[in-house]
Amino acid sequence: MTTTTRAQRIRRRTILGLTPAVTMMGAFMVIPLILVVVMSFMTRGQYGGIVWEFSTDAYQRLIYVTRLDGSLAYNLSFLAILSRSLVLAGLTTLICLLIAFPTAFYVARQSQRTKSILLLLIMFPFWSNLLVRTTSWIIILRDFGFVNQFLMWVGITSEPITLLFTNGAILVGLVYVYIPFMILPIYTSVERLDNGLLEASFDLFATRFQTVRHVIGPLTMPGIIAGSILVFVPSLGAFITPDLLGGGKKLMLGSLIHLQFTTARNWPYGASLSVLLLAAVLIAMFILARRAIRARG
Amino acid sequence: MKSIYGILALTTCLTVAGAAYAEGQLNIYNWAGYTPPDLVKKFEAETGIDVTIDTYDTNEVLLSKLQAGGGSYDIIVTAHSFIPVHAAEGLIQPIGLKDMENIENLDPQYLTADWNPEGDYGVPWQWGTTAFAVDRTVYNEPVDSYETLFTPPGALQGKIGMFKGASDLISLAQLYLGVPFCSEDPSEMQRVLEVLLAQKPHVKVYGGGGAMREQLVSGELIAASNYSGQIVRGREQKPELEYIYPKEGVASWIDVVAIPKGAQNYENAQEFINYILQPEHAAMLSNHAGYSNGVPASREFMREDLLAAPELIVPDGIRVVPLATCTAAASDLEAQLMTQLLE
Repeated sequence: MTTTTRAQRIRRRTILGLTPAVTMMGAFMVIPLILVVVMSFMTRGQYGGIVWEFSTDAYQRLIYVTRLDGSLAYNLSFLAILSRSLVLAGLTTLICLLIAFPTAFYVARQSQRTKSILLLLIMFPFWSNLLVRTTSWIIILRDFGFVNQFLMWVGITSEPITLLFTNGAILVGLVYVYIPFMILPIYTSVERLDNGLLEASFDLFATRFQTVRHVIGPLTMPGIIAGSILVFVPSLGAFITPDLLGGGKKLMLGSLIHLQFTTARNWPYGASLSVLLLAAVLIAMFILARRAIRARG
Repeated sequence: MKSIYGILALTTCLTVAGAAYAEGQLNIYNWAGYTPPDLVKKFEAETGIDVTIDTYDTNEVLLSKLQAGGGSYDIIVTAHSFIPVHAAEGLIQPIGLKDMENIENLDPQYLTADWNPEGDYGVPWQWGTTAFAVDRTVYNEPVDSYETLFTPPGALQGKIGMFKGASDLISLAQLYLGVPFCSEDPSEMQRVLEVLLAQKPHVKVYGGGGAMREQLVSGELIAASNYSGQIVRGREQKPELEYIYPKEGVASWIDVVAIPKGAQNYENAQEFINYILQPEHAAMLSNHAGYSNGVPASREFMREDLLAAPELIVPDGIRVVPLATCTAAASDLEAQLMTQLLE
C-alpha cells in the first residue's frame, strides 16, 4: 500500500516537474509551428502578409512557377536551390567532422584543468553575436584582407584572389559557426571511452587504423551522429552566412525563405518552404536517430 | 543523447535577451548608418528621452517587419514611394504635423506631395538620387551611360556591385532600358530580367548602399550602383570616386520619417520629428549622411563642401525620375523577377 502511494507521489512530482518544460515547448515551439503550417495554406496578401482564405497555391508553387509572361513552368530553380543547400550543408558536416574528431579526441585526453580551459575556448565564440562573427570573415577574406595580404607578402600571388562572395566563403563561414556543435557531442562520447578496450585492441594485434575502425568508431558513433544532426540541420536552413559571405548571388533554402517574407512578399510560399524543410529535417533525424539507437544497442 | 540537451540548454542560456521599459523611450528603425550619433546624443541630453536605434538595408525588409507586427518602433524612415503602401496597409498613422512648431521650417512642397495623401504621413529625413559610381583610379574611360554598368567592359567585369533591394535594383535597369518604373507589362519586365541576368556573371555582390560604399573605397568594387550621399561619404575617403550622371537619367527619392500605427511613445516620436525640423538639426542629418534635407534654412549650418558636392547637384539636362509607388500587379512582377534573378 505504502509503496504504491510513494510511486504515485513520485509520478505526480515528475509530472509537476515537467510542466514548465512542456509549457515552454508548447508555447514557443509547437504553437509557432502550427502557425507556420496554417499560414502555408492561406492566400498571399498583395503587399506581403496573408489573407485568411484557404488555398494550396503555396504548395503548387513548389512544383510550378508562373513566369513573367504568365505561362506556367516547372519550378526547376527550387530543385537547384535545394541541391545546392544539401551539398553545402553536407560538405559543412563532413569538414566539421574531420576537424572535430581529432580535436575532441585531443581535448578528452588532457588533464581536468586543461580540458575545462579548452572546452571554454570552444564555447567562447558563442559569447558574441552570429552577425559579428560572420562579418569578421568578410574582413579576413576580402580582396585586401588578411589572407590575401599574407599570400601576396609571401609571394604566392601578385594580385588578390577572389575569396569572398564565393561558395567556398559560405562553406568556411558555416564550418566556423557550427563546428562547436560537432566537437562537444563527440567529446562527451570520447571521454566515456574505456581505455581498457583500446589496450585490449592493441593486445590483440589490431593496427591503429583497425582500432579506430572497429573500436573507437562504433563506440563514439552516437556522438558523431548527434554532432552531424546538430551541424547539418542549421546549415541547411542558414541564411545570414550565405547572404553575407556569398554576396547574395546564390540562394540557399534559408535565403529563399527569407526572400519570400521580404522582397518577394509571398508569405504562404515562404511558409510552405519552411514546412518542407522541417519535414526533410525530421525524416533525416528519424533515420539518424534509429541508426544511433542501433549503434548503441 | 542526454549530453546534447545539456549543450543545447547551455547555449540557450548564453543568448541573453534584454528588455527595456517603455517610459521616456524612443525606438527608431532607420537605414543602417543613417542616424547621426551626435544628433541622438544631443536629443537625449536635451529631452531626457532614451533613444534606441535598429537598422535595416532595404525598404522591403522594413515593410515586411511592420507587417509581421514586430518591432514596436516609434519612428521609421522609408522611401517616399513606400509611404502610400504603408498607409494603405494601415501600418502608419498621421504624425500631427499641424501642432508642431517647426512646421514653418519645412519646404511647403512636401505638404502637398502626391506620396503624402493627407499631407500628414511624414516629413523628409533626407532626399537624394540613385545612379552609380566608378573608381577613377582604375577605370578612366569616359562613362555617360548605364551601359558601362550593365554590360561592363573587361576591366570592370567581376568588380560590379548592385543593390539587393528590389525597387532600387530594378529601377536602374528600367532607366537603362527606357521602361517606366513600376511597369505592369510582362514583356517589358522580361527585358529588365534579361538585362539583369546577362549582367549577373559580372556582379561581385548584391548588397546594401553602405556596404558597397565601403567596398568601393577598399577597391573591391570598381563600379557600383549607389545613392548620391553614399558617394559623398565615399569620396571623403577616396577622392577618385565619381558619381556618374548617366544620359538615361537618375532615380530620385525622399526618405520619409513616419510613425507606425501602435507606436508606444507617440509623443516622443512627435517631439523627435519636431526636433529634426529645426534647421540646425536638419543640417546635422545632412552633414552625417551626405544628402539634402527638407528644411531650406538648414543650409547655413551645412558643411560647405556638401553644399558644393557634385553628387547633390544634378547637372542640367539630366532627367530626374522620382521612384513610383507600384500597384499590386507591378510589385508581383518585381517579386517574380527578383526570385528568377537570384535563384
